[in-house]
Amino acid sequence: MSVRKLKSEPVKSSEITPEHVYLNRRQFLKAMGITSSAALLAACGVDGGPSSTELPTEVAAEAPVEPAVIPVDELGEAANTFEEITNYNNYYEFTVVKQQVADLAKDFPIEPWTIEVGGLVGKPRTFGMDEILRMFPLEDRVYRLRCVEAWSMVIPWLGFPLSALLKEVEPLADARFVGFQTKNDPDNMPGMFSMYPWPYYEGLRMDEAMHDLSILSVGLYGKMLLPQNGAPIRLVVPWKYGFKSIKSIVKIDLLADEPKTFWSAIAPDEYGFYANVNPEVDHPRWSQATERRIGETARRKTLMFNGYAEEVVGLYKDLDLTIYY
Amino acid sequence: MKRWNISWLNVVTHIGALIPLLVLIWDYANDNLTVNWIQAVEQRTGFIALNLLVLSLASTPVQTLTGYRPVHYIRRPLGVWAFVYAALHFIVFSVIDYGWDWSLLREAIFEKPYALVGFAALVILTPLALTSWKWWKKKLGKRWKRLHQMVYLAGILVIVHYAWVVKGTIITLQGNVLLPVLYGAIVALLLIMRLPPVKRNITRWRTSLQGRIHARRRMAS
Repeated sequence: MSVRKLKSEPVKSSEITPEHVYLNRRQFLKAMGITSSAALLAACGVDGGPSSTELPTEVAAEAPVEPAVIPVDELGEAANTFEEITNYNNYYEFTVVKQQVADLAKDFPIEPWTIEVGGLVGKPRTFGMDEILRMFPLEDRVYRLRCVEAWSMVIPWLGFPLSALLKEVEPLADARFVGFQTKNDPDNMPGMFSMYPWPYYEGLRMDEAMHDLSILSVGLYGKMLLPQNGAPIRLVVPWKYGFKSIKSIVKIDLLADEPKTFWSAIAPDEYGFYANVNPEVDHPRWSQATERRIGETARRKTLMFNGYAEEVVGLYKDLDLTIYY
Repeated sequence: MKRWNISWLNVVTHIGALIPLLVLIWDYANDNLTVNWIQAVEQRTGFIALNLLVLSLASTPVQTLTGYRPVHYIRRPLGVWAFVYAALHFIVFSVIDYGWDWSLLREAIFEKPYALVGFAALVILTPLALTSWKWWKKKLGKRWKRLHQMVYLAGILVIVHYAWVVKGTIITLQGNVLLPVLYGAIVALLLIMRLPPVKRNITRWRTSLQGRIHARRRMAS
């Protein structure tokens, strides 16, 4: 298994992000009413009416426009299209049929939205989405996403490091794990009648959560996240199987002990707590050695830690990855 | 009249079995198979093969239950069509999905239980489909029946294959297991209905019921 060499520093994708995506991003921020000028105009009530009222709907209703220059990740892999990313989703709260999630989730209410951060922290706090967007500068991160079902995509996320949010609440010394919970909203999530231990729950070890690659994402392709991708805010941990990157988060707990996570509660021998992408450790029933990148026909070899080995291998140097899968 | 009944049922069977293939081709041509179309084709062909095999396994029990003999004549075409879709399923898996890469295929089929049981079911169905012609039936005589009883094993393997491919666990009934459990229950029921004592009892119960209905009709008229 050859692992491609990466730069040791996480790539600043600003070098490769096309300009108009940035323009979109600015529009996005403006839409959320959080650029300083918009705030100022709104505060003064001078000429701020038209622009600040029409932008949000404009952005939300905007048809997906493919950028002229396709974003690429640090390996030079082109991002999947907006169409692909928003129409092939695993989100079992809505349905297990991937191509139907977009339609079933389109009216999922995401306003108002708060995230309660508590547990072993010095300053427990409930953040509103507007606060979050004001507090944490957004970055473009083009990441590979590898599903445990052996397909993958490249996605240009917009988000901020999870560590930035965790630092705000001042984790206590005995906080060794971080747990995340998806919104528990059966009235608006038609798939929640099925036989699963709802609500969806995921977890990371503290050092994984503090790693710079771990982000909370609020957008992709410079636009706000759509519900099928985990709006309004989701985790993205690119070196782990996709199911770790929990969607539509309402609660974050800092914990002393490893939490019971959704899939490992269902089948502990098949879905471990760590769930690191690893071509050498198979799912008991199928191989993880290869994957199909959406949009391609031939299979590719799966990379160790999904190609992020250099950045994250240090986290696991004392761990037997065949036992802690 | 009876002859016509049988051929009519045969024509319906062949057309019915062909329609899902036409729908699949239509969906492919119209880009209706998700962005992961190879997997969609695999899942679709597998599910159609499963349904046809279950229908084929159901013809004898349906005859036992209803006494309607013509259903007996469609179990062969249903079985052959199940094989056609299963073969298509395997071809898409090995040629398109795995690009006929032997090292990958060997790992996928022989080192992983879920593909292995599916492959075993196909291996069983192949000689059954090839010997399904009248000529073979005459030539093999008694052995033909014994050979074709292997379809029960194929049915069980296909259910295991289906149950193993979904996310979740059957034992705790958690996850995506509703359909595999349902199909497993149907196949189990169909096999139980073939057990001689069960079959005898069903036939006895049916004939007595039919006798009573007849008697009542006669009394009424």
